[in-house]
Amino acid sequence: MTATEVVSVTLPKGGAAHDLRVIRIVLHRELLRFFNDRARLLSSLVQPVLWLFVMGTGLGSLVQGAIPGLDYRTFIFPGMISMTVIMTGMFSAASIVWDREFGFLREMLVAPVSRGAIVLGKVLGGAVVATAQGVIILALAGLVGIPYAPGLLLTLLGEMFLAAFTITAFGTLLAARMKSMQSFFGVMQMAIMPMVFLSGAMFPLANLPSWLHVLTTVNPLTYAVDPMRSAVFSHLDVAPQVDAMLNPGVVWFGWRLPVGLELGLVTMLALGLLWVAIAQFRRTD
Amino acid sequence: MTSAVEVRGLRKAYGKVEAVKGVDFEVAPGEVFGFLGPNGAGKTTTISMLCTLTTPTGGTATVAGYDVVANRDEVRRNIGLVFQDPTLDGYLTAEQNLRFHAELYGVPRNLVDARLRQVLEMVALWDRKDSKVLTFSGGMKRRLEIARGLLHSPRVLFLDEPTVGLDPQTRAAIWGYINKLRRTEDITIFMTTHYMDEAEYCDRIAIIDHGELVVIDSPEALKASVGRDRVQLQTADDQGAIEALRERFGLEAAIREGQVTFGVAGGEEFVPRLFAELGVPIRSVSVSRPSLDDVFMEYTGTTIRDAESEGGANQWMRAMVRR
Repeated sequence: MTATEVVSVTLPKGGAAHDLRVIRIVLHRELLRFFNDRARLLSSLVQPVLWLFVMGTGLGSLVQGAIPGLDYRTFIFPGMISMTVIMTGMFSAASIVWDREFGFLREMLVAPVSRGAIVLGKVLGGAVVATAQGVIILALAGLVGIPYAPGLLLTLLGEMFLAAFTITAFGTLLAARMKSMQSFFGVMQMAIMPMVFLSGAMFPLANLPSWLHVLTTVNPLTYAVDPMRSAVFSHLDVAPQVDAMLNPGVVWFGWRLPVGLELGLVTMLALGLLWVAIAQFRRTD
Repeated sequence: MTSAVEVRGLRKAYGKVEAVKGVDFEVAPGEVFGFLGPNGAGKTTTISMLCTLTTPTGGTATVAGYDVVANRDEVRRNIGLVFQDPTLDGYLTAEQNLRFHAELYGVPRNLVDARLRQVLEMVALWDRKDSKVLTFSGGMKRRLEIARGLLHSPRVLFLDEPTVGLDPQTRAAIWGYINKLRRTEDITIFMTTHYMDEAEYCDRIAIIDHGELVVIDSPEALKASVGRDRVQLQTADDQGAIEALRERFGLEAAIREGQVTFGVAGGEEFVPRLFAELGVPIRSVSVSRPSLDDVFMEYTGTTIRDAESEGGANQWMRAMVRR
């Protein structure tokens, strides 16, 4: 020890370059954690595969006559992608509560960095991990009769990332105040289940009773699922009346929202949620 | 040169409970400064305020020349922290934990590798750098936390009970690192402890009790200020001995650690008189120079162990207030 020169570090002032380093390392840690945890990797894959091939096949045989010329599994495929992305994103956000319980959050919060950089890194990390999960489901597209068209895959990839980012920001916002994993998962179940059910992931949004229709249009997740379904259906060869039934889009007072507007709404929501999440972390000390 | 830490009238109240009731002190650069007191005395609250984790309700404090409220980020850039509770990511390796810290603090990229190796070698964990932290023992985790706290070359290193819950050998090893640290790095160390024997390693000690600073001085000066040796007796009749000491010698004795204990100037010369005049059969006598335990007792009127058991209620109350 005496022989070695002491390496003394002088920390530069903060600034954008420092914030970028923080975002990068927080994101990097999310990826390390995720790809090191094979059990989590596997379990988050099993659920959508079960839905797609077990529930999808079972329910599919029931509704076979009702939808001519289309496999039910093809219909729920975009829904299952969003479900995977949502679950993974939420789990990533839950790791904040985990970090708090195990003290690591403190290491991050006492550093001379902006809370915004930490939260943004965390949300981006969750979004990347969730998108990676979605890509694995996307790889199964051929099995349910969806073509591997590059344009479609790229569109879905982008839409998956947007949905993942939004849901992770929402989860982070919830996690900002939670002290234990139990309460987080309780709240998460309460928030996520109705949102998934009302999003059109599992059944088409056409011809619903009006109370249910209203609920689906106020559910933000609807606007994330519908663009994916539209993208898939635009690459399928189905009769117009089947398309109208299964891919009705989101209708406001008789006006069908264009996909671009839906994506814009989700983006605005994502930024809003991120902003509130950062504000929450600025307040906690 | 300005003080490493300067505190003026610092106070913190949780609702109506005053955890810290206006303390003043200074720590010189390069000093090892110990904050000594029972659990619940206000040590952790004070350290949290100095580390910008808790906002004071009164008074001022500067660390490395920066105000803890007005220049929070500057203070954070200049301090290293080792908490009582672990703050490592068990699923990452030791090296990954340190790299995370380097990025978080913006350590210049060209220095990260060399500095990382240096701090890991210092705590003898270089050969374990690729192991996941969850495979580490409690002592190894604490050493890694100390290494991490040093990674960004802080001017002041805060150690909150750095050896609590560790076995004696590991405690000794950690003190070895702290002593090495003061030789190799230009650093001030501010630590809290409730182990008297560890406080001996400090240049100066502040005794804090019930949120107030009782006394500050070097361990030697504090012990000299007591001026009395500690005498401990084992007798056939302890109560009788206590009464006899009061009546014949005018000394106040009490039972501590199962023995009749009292303080007297010139303890060794006193022993022959004791045998001649006490009138109660004595089985054994021990005389010791004042220790920090005696210092603590002298200034607070209780031993630190007794203060701990009484402080339990106080801590509980603080925990309730924090919610």
